[in-house]
Amino acid sequence: MSRVQVTGLRKAFGARQVLDGVDLQVDDGEVMAVLGPSGCGKTTLLRIIAGFLEPDDGEVGFDGSVVARAGAGVPAWERRIGYVPQEGALFPHLDVRHNILFGLPRRERTDAVLGEMLELAELPGDLAARYPRELSGGQQQRVALARALAPRPRVVLLDEPFSSLDAALRVSAGRQVTRVLRNAGTTALLVTHDQGEALSLADRVAVLDEGVVAQVATPAELYGAPRTVRVGTFVGDANLVPGVLAADTAKCALGVVALRTRPVSPEGSTVTLLVRPEQLRLSRPEPGGSTGRVEEVTFYGAQVSVRVALPDGTSLLARVDAAGVPVVGDRVGLHVVGAAGVYP
Amino acid sequence: MLVVAAGLVAALVMVPLGYVVWFTWSLGPVETWELLARPRVGVLLRNTAVLLVGVVAVSTTVGVACAWLVERSDLPLRGLWHVLFVAPLAIPAFVNSYGWVSLTPAVQSYGGAVLVVSLSYLPLVYLPTVAALRTLDPALEEVAHSLGHDRWRTFRTVVLRGIRPGVLGGALLVGLHVLAEFGALQMLRFPTFTTAIYDHYRSAFNSAPANVLASVLVLGCVGLLVAELWLRGDVALWRVGSGATRAVPRVRLGRMRPVALLGAAGLVALSLGVPVSSLVRWLLVGSSTAFPLGELAATTATTAGLGLAAAALTTVMALPVVWLAVRHRGRWATLFERAAFGAHALPGIVVGLALVAVSIRTVQPLYQTVPLLLLGYAILFLPRAIVSIRSSLEHAQPVLEDVARSLGEPPARVLVRVVLPLLRNGLGAGAALVFLAVSTELTATLLLSPIGTSTLATAFWSHSTSLAYGAAAPYALLLIALSIPATWLLSRQVQRGATR
Repeated sequence: MSRVQVTGLRKAFGARQVLDGVDLQVDDGEVMAVLGPSGCGKTTLLRIIAGFLEPDDGEVGFDGSVVARAGAGVPAWERRIGYVPQEGALFPHLDVRHNILFGLPRRERTDAVLGEMLELAELPGDLAARYPRELSGGQQQRVALARALAPRPRVVLLDEPFSSLDAALRVSAGRQVTRVLRNAGTTALLVTHDQGEALSLADRVAVLDEGVVAQVATPAELYGAPRTVRVGTFVGDANLVPGVLAADTAKCALGVVALRTRPVSPEGSTVTLLVRPEQLRLSRPEPGGSTGRVEEVTFYGAQVSVRVALPDGTSLLARVDAAGVPVVGDRVGLHVVGAAGVYP
Repeated sequence: MLVVAAGLVAALVMVPLGYVVWFTWSLGPVETWELLARPRVGVLLRNTAVLLVGVVAVSTTVGVACAWLVERSDLPLRGLWHVLFVAPLAIPAFVNSYGWVSLTPAVQSYGGAVLVVSLSYLPLVYLPTVAALRTLDPALEEVAHSLGHDRWRTFRTVVLRGIRPGVLGGALLVGLHVLAEFGALQMLRFPTFTTAIYDHYRSAFNSAPANVLASVLVLGCVGLLVAELWLRGDVALWRVGSGATRAVPRVRLGRMRPVALLGAAGLVALSLGVPVSSLVRWLLVGSSTAFPLGELAATTATTAGLGLAAAALTTVMALPVVWLAVRHRGRWATLFERAAFGAHALPGIVVGLALVAVSIRTVQPLYQTVPLLLLGYAILFLPRAIVSIRSSLEHAQPVLEDVARSLGEPPARVLVRVVLPLLRNGLGAGAALVFLAVSTELTATLLLSPIGTSTLATAFWSHSTSLAYGAAAPYALLLIALSIPATWLLSRQVQRGATR
């Protein structure tokens, strides 16, 4: 268990500046997700923290002692990290027992430790003699995690660990893995491009965009109050509506809406409002209220996505309960519940 | 350090090549041209070229077909066929020729030479192809089927692509062998550059014509290497799929089953049946058959010892070269790998005489010692080790080494605990191939071995060339017997890769 501190980290591959001054702090025992579109440098960040890559500039510290900086770093094998890459990467020539005990000194490779790790990773004991190819994807993932946790690492690094699993398994495997991480009380950094995964599994989420950290926040804060429009649209579906600032509200095509934050722009200036789909409520058209025409209805089960076009052509997404869904072509009334994000 | 090690290996390997080039250079262009512009050289050039094309085509086609039958079809008794397809490795090409020539003189022709030499070299394509098929992700084929490609089209577009490095590596090896083959072609009376060089060397110990011919042969080898490099392209082959590889569903042969069985049986009859039955006949009826037991035992022990030592040395030399070529692709890596391949097209006798000449000029105490002989073997057979090790390293995912390092293992221990076990099949195959090659090597041994040291191959050769076919037979039998364990090991190791 450790605190991980990343300051001013830079890395370029040829002319491409992949990391452009990354600052990040992962607290002791925290599970943090690094979320970003593919190519944003999140895997590079992870590999530098792990010690597989050297930064061009900046530092990585574990509990205040520097482990990586340009030209000098603690080698990967002395950093005491746990690494869970995509697909687990179990050693194909070793059975589960020897995979899990791989990182321990010879005299600690005991049945007791093995049993403890299998239990921690919620794996049945009879798996110990199996070879990786005889395991399911989720099992491989948890063996990889048990292998990473066995030597009691200071921090566990997970690189898109669930991307190769199917959707149903991904959710349960994700929950299982984070439960194991929390039970072990270890600090963990999870790299992913999947918003749902990041928001549902992590204590805090860091959004990495174009080589810098755009925002670090709890999942609720990140979703509810993204710092920029870009972050807001990346972490979830969002309706962007132009509006004009009044005192504490803004006026837009959806009427007068409350604002989540005090805007920095002066009254009367034009702003962009961010409204989440579940903040949009549909009703019968009311005189004087804003109305739209239903263009598309997508059924997901308990929830339904409805795409509505405003008279000026703006297309909005609303997420509503399955009860009382309109059909395509209906005219519906629209209003906003709660406060909207406001951006200049 | 890796680069230095690989560079050192490449430099050692370049010694004989450098000697030939230096010799030709110091001869000057005028004299070189006079030696080359002779009708005899034209005949040799044509002979060598048509033999090369014929043997590579036949052994590649048949080798890939055999590998597919064993790995991907429901041919019965696959384990047995696998052993039988590998077994010709245990019969040196010159022993095979001796079997055929003593059966019918009709094989002393172009067709005969292609047939006999192809039968001997078939396993060189078969083995890497089997290894490649085993590591090819079956999901790729399933995807191709889903994209509407039928079995044959999938084979061409997906399977052949995937196994291409293995097949090309094997074909290259066959090509280089044909260029260097001496014993078999001498017996089949099909003159090529290599046999001509030998004749020149026999008549004058270090003659100019021989060196000039050798440099033409080197050019041929370089041409092959370039062609292979161009055909292979720059592909990284470690799997990007998920988890560990699954077992492969096999193709039902259906009505083609008897045909396939008959074909396989026919092939085995030609590649094993003919030489073995000839040998047995000579053992039973040969009037010159004798069993000098003490001499046979001593020769066998010498041969096995040299084989083991050379296999170890060659494997150790191959590792840095392969590592560099696969993990750090670049100009130097490719250069070193190609350099390591380079000496292979030189006939054993050229390597032998170059080492003799260089050792006499520079390190006199090494002349006619076991270390120099072992170095000669290593130079000659490095490509065999490289092809095998490379094939398995290409499939060992680098992420496994990252994981091992994250678990606290420094590089040296990562090598021991992860990389070497992953390369086990490739290393085993490489070492076995080198052992086989050394125990049957003829020409370099004749030149480099310390005085009084004779191996099974040189003893067999001296008897059979003096037409004492019966007296040669026990040595041939021992040569085969000695090669069987290594061949068996080889076939089993490739097979174990599938059950794991």
